Order: sequence, then C-alpha cells, then structure tokens
Amino acid sequence: MDFTLNENQKMVQEMVRRFAKEQIEPKAAEIDASREFPWESIRKMAELGLLGMIVPEQYGGAGFDFVSLAIAVEEISHACASTGVIVAVNNSLVAYPICTFGTEEQRAKYLPGLCSGKTLGAFALTEPNAGSDPAGLEATARLDGDSYVLNGTKRFITTAEEAGTFIVFAVTDKAAGHKGISAFIVEKGFPGFSVGKHEDLMGMRATGNTEVTMEDCRVPARNLLGTTGQGFRIAMHVLDCSRIDIGAQAVGIAQAALDKSIQYSKERKQFGKPICQFEMIQDKLAVMAANISAARLLVYYAAFLKDSGAEHFTMESSIAKYFGASMAVDVTREAVQVHGGYGYSKDYAVERYYRDAKCLEIYEGAAEIQKLVIARVLLQ
Amino acid sequence: MPLDKKYEVFRAEVREFALKELAPHVNRFESSGEFPVELLPRLAAHGYLGVPYPKNMGGAGLDYVSYAIVAEEISRVWGAMGLTVCAHISLGTFPIYRFATEPVRRRLVPKLASGEVLGAFGLTEPNAGSDAAGTETTVRKTADGYVLNGTKRFITNAEYAQTVIVAATHDWSLGAKGISCFLVEKGTPGYTVGAREHKLGLLASNTVELVFEDCRIALENLLGEEYKGFAIFMETLDGGRISIGAHGVGLAQGALDAVIERARTHPTRSQLFSKVLADMAMRIYAARLMVYDAARLKDAGIRNDQECASAKLYGSEVATWAAGEAIRVIGDRALVSGHPAERIFRDTKLSEIGEGTSEIMRLIIAKEVLKGN
Repeated sequence: MDFTLNENQKMVQEMVRRFAKEQIEPKAAEIDASREFPWESIRKMAELGLLGMIVPEQYGGAGFDFVSLAIAVEEISHACASTGVIVAVNNSLVAYPICTFGTEEQRAKYLPGLCSGKTLGAFALTEPNAGSDPAGLEATARLDGDSYVLNGTKRFITTAEEAGTFIVFAVTDKAAGHKGISAFIVEKGFPGFSVGKHEDLMGMRATGNTEVTMEDCRVPARNLLGTTGQGFRIAMHVLDCSRIDIGAQAVGIAQAALDKSIQYSKERKQFGKPICQFEMIQDKLAVMAANISAARLLVYYAAFLKDSGAEHFTMESSIAKYFGASMAVDVTREAVQVHGGYGYSKDYAVERYYRDAKCLEIYEGAAEIQKLVIARVLLQ
Repeated sequence: MPLDKKYEVFRAEVREFALKELAPHVNRFESSGEFPVELLPRLAAHGYLGVPYPKNMGGAGLDYVSYAIVAEEISRVWGAMGLTVCAHISLGTFPIYRFATEPVRRRLVPKLASGEVLGAFGLTEPNAGSDAAGTETTVRKTADGYVLNGTKRFITNAEYAQTVIVAATHDWSLGAKGISCFLVEKGTPGYTVGAREHKLGLLASNTVELVFEDCRIALENLLGEEYKGFAIFMETLDGGRISIGAHGVGLAQGALDAVIERARTHPTRSQLFSKVLADMAMRIYAARLMVYDAARLKDAGIRNDQECASAKLYGSEVATWAAGEAIRVIGDRALVSGHPAERIFRDTKLSEIGEGTSEIMRLIIAKEVLKGN
C-alpha cells in the first residue's frame, strides 16, 4: 500500500495549485456575479495541458492518469468551482468517451479541438423529463441514408453555450428500452442544432449552462459513438469515471472553505481573542478537516482503481461522489457559520462556496441515485 | 395542528393574505433586490406590523403566539418580508414600547405599531458581532443630550426606518456595563445610512451600514437608564428569537411546500422520497411546537431565555436542513433562480447567524440548564 503521489502527480499538483491561485481565483467572484464564461483561464489551461489531461499525447493531450486529473480538478475547483466543472466535463465526460469508444477517425478529428479548447466539450444526456432516469430519454435519432436525424431537447447542459463538440444521447430503438439508446458526436454547427438561454443557476454560475434543442438535426452516421444501442452503457461507464471528478470538485471547494475559515478565525477577534481559540470553532474546523481528508482519500482511491485497470469501480466512484458532495455541502455551510454575518455577505468567498457545493449533490447523479447504485453493488 | 381554533382561523387569514398579497411579488423584488416598500401598507392594514402591541398603541392587540403565526406564514412565502416584519416588531418597536420615556412612547409607538413608519435596531458592528459587549460606538454626554460616534453593520430595515435603536458605550473598558441604548430618528444630523450589503439571500430585505459622526440627540432619546443598555438589548433579542424561530419554521414549511408541489406534479413511490418528506414534516412540527411554547411563556410573562434560544436554534437549523433536502429531492430545476427552493436555500442560512449565532444560542441554553440544576 502506497499513499504517496508519484513525481508526475506531485508536479501536476504544484503546477495547477500555483496557476489556479494566481490566474483563476482572482476572477472567481466576478464571473460568479456576471456569469461570464472564463475563456481567458481556459486558454491558459489548454496551454498547460489541463483540458486533455487523460488524452494521449498523439491527439494533443497531456497523457496523464485519472489520479492526476482528480488532483487538477481539485486544485482548480479550490480556486473557482465553475472553472473546475468546465475542466472536468471536457476531460472526463467528453474527451474520455471519445478516447475510449471513438473510432480512430473520431479521435483524430475531435480530440485535438477538445485539448486546445478550440471546440470545447459538452455532454448532453439530461432532458426536461429525464434527469435521474436516463433510461427515460425522449430525444430520438433516426437513420436516414448516411446520416442520423436527431430530434429532442436537452436541459442543464454544462458549457453548452460555449462548447463546440457535444456528446448527445438519443433513442434509436424505443422498443429496446435502455438498450435502444445511442451516443453521437454532434458539432455545434450541424444544421438543426441550437442552444437556448443561459440558465440562471444558484451556483456554478459561469459554466455556460443552457438548454440544447435538436430539430431535424442531421448528424453523419460516422459520428455515431460506439455502436447503436451502446449509448446507455457508454453513459454509465463514463459517469462512473466522471463521478470521481465530482468528488474531486467537492474536495477542492471544501478545502477552500476550510482554508478561508482557518484564516478568518485567526483574524476575527471577539470577547478579546481570536475566535479560533474558542472550542466550538475548533470543533468545526476539526470536523471539516476530517471529512475533507476522508473524501480526498475516497477520490484518490477510485481514481487509482480506474488507473490500475480495475474492471469494477462503480461503487467506489459513487461513494466518492456521494460522500464528497454531501461533505462539501456540510463543510461550506459550516464555513459560512464560522464567518458569521460576514459569511452571509458577498464580501467573502464562503457564500459562493455554499451555493456552488449544493450543485454537486444534484448533477451527474443525485445523492439518492448514488445511494441506490451503492446498494445495488452491495446486494449483487 | 397544535393550537386552539381561534389561532387556526387567524392562521388561515394570514395565509390567505400572504398568498394573495405577497406571493405574486416575490420573484420581482428578489431578482431586483429592491426593498418592497410599497407593499408595507398592505401588511399595516391587517395589523401585521404591530401584532403584539395594544390597540390603543396602534397595534393589533394580539399575543406572541399570534405574532409567531404571522412571522411563520409570511416567511413561508417570502423570507425577506418575514425578516422585515420580525426586525420591525421585535427589534425596532419593542425597545421603544418597553423602555422609552412616556412622551416618546406615546409619540412613536402608535406610528410604529400601526405600520405608518418602520423601525430598526443597530447593535452589530464591524468588530462586535457575537461579542455585543465589545460595542465600539461611543456616546458622550453633554449638558442637553448625547453625542454618538461610530459605525454599525448588517442593520436590517434601517435605510427605510424612521427610528433606529443604537447601542453605544460610555467607556469601552467597562464592557457590558458601559453600554446604553438610544433612539435615533431619521434625519438627525450626523446620522447617515451607508452602503447596502450584498448578501447570499434575503435579497429584498434591506441591510445597511449606519454611520454616526458627532450625531447629537436629546436626553429623552435614552432608553431605560444609562449603563443599563446591555440588559435592554438582551431582553429585546430574547423576544426577537421567538420570531426568528417562527421565521425558520416558515422557511422550512415553504421548502416542504415546494417538495409537496413536486410530488403533486411528478408522483413518485420512492421510499427515499417518503423518508425525506416524513423527516421534514416531523422536524418542522417539533420546531413549530417549540416556537409556540416559547411564545406562550412570553405571553404568560415568564422569563424564558432557554426556550427562546432553543426555539431560535432549532427553528433555524431545521430550516437550513429542510431547504437543502428540498433541493436534493426536487433536483436540478430547484437550482434555477426563481424556484422557491433555490431562494429558501439562500435565505435560511442567515437564521443561524442573525440575532445571536447558533453557537451563542448553545451557550445560553447550556448556561440556563446548569443554572436550573
């Protein structure tokens, strides 16, 4: 058993931490208010290889492992949760499935644009009537000659407003249930494809989250990802991997909340001494740290299982996501509490962390779903 | 429901008012962040801005249980308006009603209790939050009055208030024993309202900074006695905590309403959903009983620090918890601006901070528990 990061992983951690602190954190409050997509940071992250962490170098990626990706997502989310989720989506929800399930032609065509940020990725699974239940998808794809015709609406699609490359899930055979779902690589410019208005979300506000509409959208048959009917399996496998990164985001946001709480509790004096000297405050800081440490180990462990080629890590990634998200909600709530009235004010970052963390419990599988997934594995 | 029929009839009236007169305006004011000053006369017309004060003083002549019902039902549809009402009645009006000189009482309480003007309470300072005895605003006595200097922060209603109660110290080294409370009226030279606070939630509630620069007030603006101000605001906050508990119960009920609405439009047989729904209903029920119990003690004239602190602490923690659960079970659409669960999630957190943090509530309860044994 070895709990140490290797040289590459340490290098990623140091580099991303410094970069995120200097380049991303100073803009976080501003883009949270304006909802402006952080293109400047994204371009710089592309130069550092952060947009294609797990993509092989031959396609423009950095060729790192999933532990490194988790570390990078944690450090970026520590600075800005919106920027963190953009990186996570591009890597694990879009680049990764193209690497894993794409044809050589698809990889060569789409991965370089994802890695450079020129055509950023978005993952379009959720629909107005299919959130936690992807088997209830209503979007359809019909083969017509050498292309598929897609119709339907997707909602709450992170980065959709700014992305160029979409992975879209649609039903190709309604009678086959979840075995009738297929995945497609859809370019934003394809006729019949459009994005809606920017969602005004409580947290993760600068993520270009919009609705996506497909009206007789023609997608070349060669853009089918995997085989027909393989879409559900692709989605489940991809989410198994990407949930690790939601756990990593949770750790990053929570660690930022703890760091700010430590700093504030040392500076804020009440009753003649810094509030960090009060036991009730120390109790909070200690519980926060304990839960963050546990969540981080769960994230690393799930990523390590993925990197070591384990076939089954569904339960571990769901635990990392479930525990991480609820931990981040708790930790950020306590961070607001430690800050008192100032914590409720936009003058301090913790109110933003509190809003951002809540989203983690919802997207990529709500907490309820994670618990059912964990139980299903336990009962197998 | 745990109350006599007359209270339930009253609750139904307030509920109807809140749904009809307030609910349609919530999203407009919450998205602009403007203070809904034009809606206040509607509350005043029903006596909701002076519930527990006698009729001959402009109030509705009802008790604290009725006041808790008003605070609860208004907060259930609109947290910011609930807070406006609570801050006005408990913090802005009570100290004048209870501690001002008779001429001042007769002049101001009828205006406040009838809702003709709004009241505010300025205790918190940049460096004095939980440690209210650390108040740094100074007062200097002169031949014909007092001179105030200092800054207050996070003061609810103050920009729109005719009156503000201000705590100030004669001598900082005396701590709690050096503080007096004063009444300052809008327009008094040297008193200015500073910047509006940008907050996580309760966006339509007015929260501002107050600045006192050689602000001169008359002798009759002293509340109670000199150097006895600490006891005045402790008693004021004690009563205020019942209403913040009720505010929490209302917010939590609003979250439960959102979950029930979701179940109505999207029926589910999920046991996990039932579990959340049941736990929310159970905890809200418990919190509501605690609020009513504290209110009944107050109505009976029994000193009830422990019950008030418990009602405030439990009500606010249930609210924060319930708001989080509501978003979780409703899912992504509950994260969108304009959804009640989204607003309630941001609104509730203040209940655990304002008018005494949860940490201070626990210290009060523990002290009372040890005192009694």
